Amino acid sequence: MALGYHRPPDIMATLKETCCVTGVGETAYTRGSDKSPVALQMEASLAAIADAGLSPRDIDGVIPFSTGTAVAEDFITNFGIEDLRYSVTAPMGGASCVAAIQSAAAAVAAGIATHVLLPMGRRGYSGPRAAARVAAFPQFRIVGEFEMPAGAVAPVQLYAPMARRHMALYGTTSRQFAEVAVTTREHAILNGNAVMTKPITVEDHQRSRMISDPFRLFDCSVESDGGAAVVISGAERARDMRRRPVYVMGVAEGHPDSPSAITQRPDLTVLGLAKAAPRAFRMAGVGLDDIDVAQIYDCFTYTVLCQIEDMGFCAKGEGGAFVEDGALGLGGRLPTNTHGGLLSQSHMAGMNHVVELARQLRGDGDDAQVPDAEIGLVTGYGDMGDGSIAIMRR
Amino acid sequence: MSPPADDRLLPRPTEDSRPFWDALRSHRLDLQTCADCGAVRHYPRPVCPACHSMAVAWTTASGRGAVHSWTVSHQAFHPAFEDRLPIVLATVDLEEGVRMNCRLDGVAPEEIDIGLPVEVAFEDVGEGMTLPCFRPRGVRRGGS
Repeated sequence: MALGYHRPPDIMATLKETCCVTGVGETAYTRGSDKSPVALQMEASLAAIADAGLSPRDIDGVIPFSTGTAVAEDFITNFGIEDLRYSVTAPMGGASCVAAIQSAAAAVAAGIATHVLLPMGRRGYSGPRAAARVAAFPQFRIVGEFEMPAGAVAPVQLYAPMARRHMALYGTTSRQFAEVAVTTREHAILNGNAVMTKPITVEDHQRSRMISDPFRLFDCSVESDGGAAVVISGAERARDMRRRPVYVMGVAEGHPDSPSAITQRPDLTVLGLAKAAPRAFRMAGVGLDDIDVAQIYDCFTYTVLCQIEDMGFCAKGEGGAFVEDGALGLGGRLPTNTHGGLLSQSHMAGMNHVVELARQLRGDGDDAQVPDAEIGLVTGYGDMGDGSIAIMRR
Repeated sequence: MSPPADDRLLPRPTEDSRPFWDALRSHRLDLQTCADCGAVRHYPRPVCPACHSMAVAWTTASGRGAVHSWTVSHQAFHPAFEDRLPIVLATVDLEEGVRMNCRLDGVAPEEIDIGLPVEVAFEDVGEGMTLPCFRPRGVRRGGS
């Protein structure tokens, strides 16, 4: 029986350029740390707040990472915030950090808060690993009951069937995945603050150990320790702040159909980003050709080429060919993950992607700067296929 | 000797899913079905996404399906699976129109492809729990 569904009008356009990224901060990214996950988040947050030219007490909104170890109360008690007016979480796994930008934009546009802190940090290397972490995610309740008992425990095992089906349907190859890994590693080496700093080749990728077919070791992101944070402020205030503001032109989140588990999505090769991206681009009033630089969530190599398709840079099935021949490198068709991404810099659930986009648009990209980058995008990918995207300009 | 249940990732049935697990114990694959509109759904949930009825029935599935996608895992990520590597995990389209993600036994990794016909088998894992798994169709089910 078909039920009537009234699609809401596209009122989100009101969020266009109502807020800016005004501060970014990171800790050193390491494998091994003697700092607590809370301390790592505080260190990154203090750096972001100082970058914005603010006092920690100026923060009046916080969106803690949804399954992280620091909660709003930690920021009040550590910073001595007198009147925190806004605290929510965006529980979308790796899509959380970019989805939080939408929530921050809405809060700022509504006048609820002025400076919203988005912190992320963890000991992903020296603390609990991904398989243990995701089991605690509320979204994994169904997977925990029905799929993990069969042995599908870690994200790499749960995501591999998406890539395998893409390969079977479209002829996508492991060597095309390798292109993503190799280019991303090159960028990590340029960055300087990255966990993986040794150059790799396509052949190195092909020789790396098979983890869960078709994913080899070099298809997987790097578990690491560290923290990253950004400050989102109202656009009016941002004009008079310490750093050149980076305007949020368009932002959206999208959820796939039937997301109780990856296996339940009608089309395994399409992500929630396919719904979010058209809305974000409509809000921003720009097109794909306007994008100078992209920070695309890269928990696995395949995830990058799938999102490139879902955003419309190429048709579904053509992502493998798109990423060949250095297309994602500096000087390529779509310079991507110029910091080294989750694959080679650090797995900060994509907050490091938000930091890097702001740096690129400020012209602070150093050796990995995309010349004259004016407009860029950042995406998030959450475990059941959730997607999020923000389009920004300098 | 089997490791303690806590170390084996056994399912923890809920009020919504208990009939599914109870049927498996009897080596039956039962699927949740809307008592009003008849739509079959999986995994179990309280509301029919087609008509929003909360009236639930259960129907026994044929147990036949075809591979939708798969992965061959060479790393266990949990001690319970270390002695079973490599594990083939298959996403299976059941004849009833729903999908499951289960272990696939009795097939060489290079023989797996989309559309491979499979049928359900049952693995008694102790603690009163039985897990569904799949085998290529036509292969005799192992006793357990």
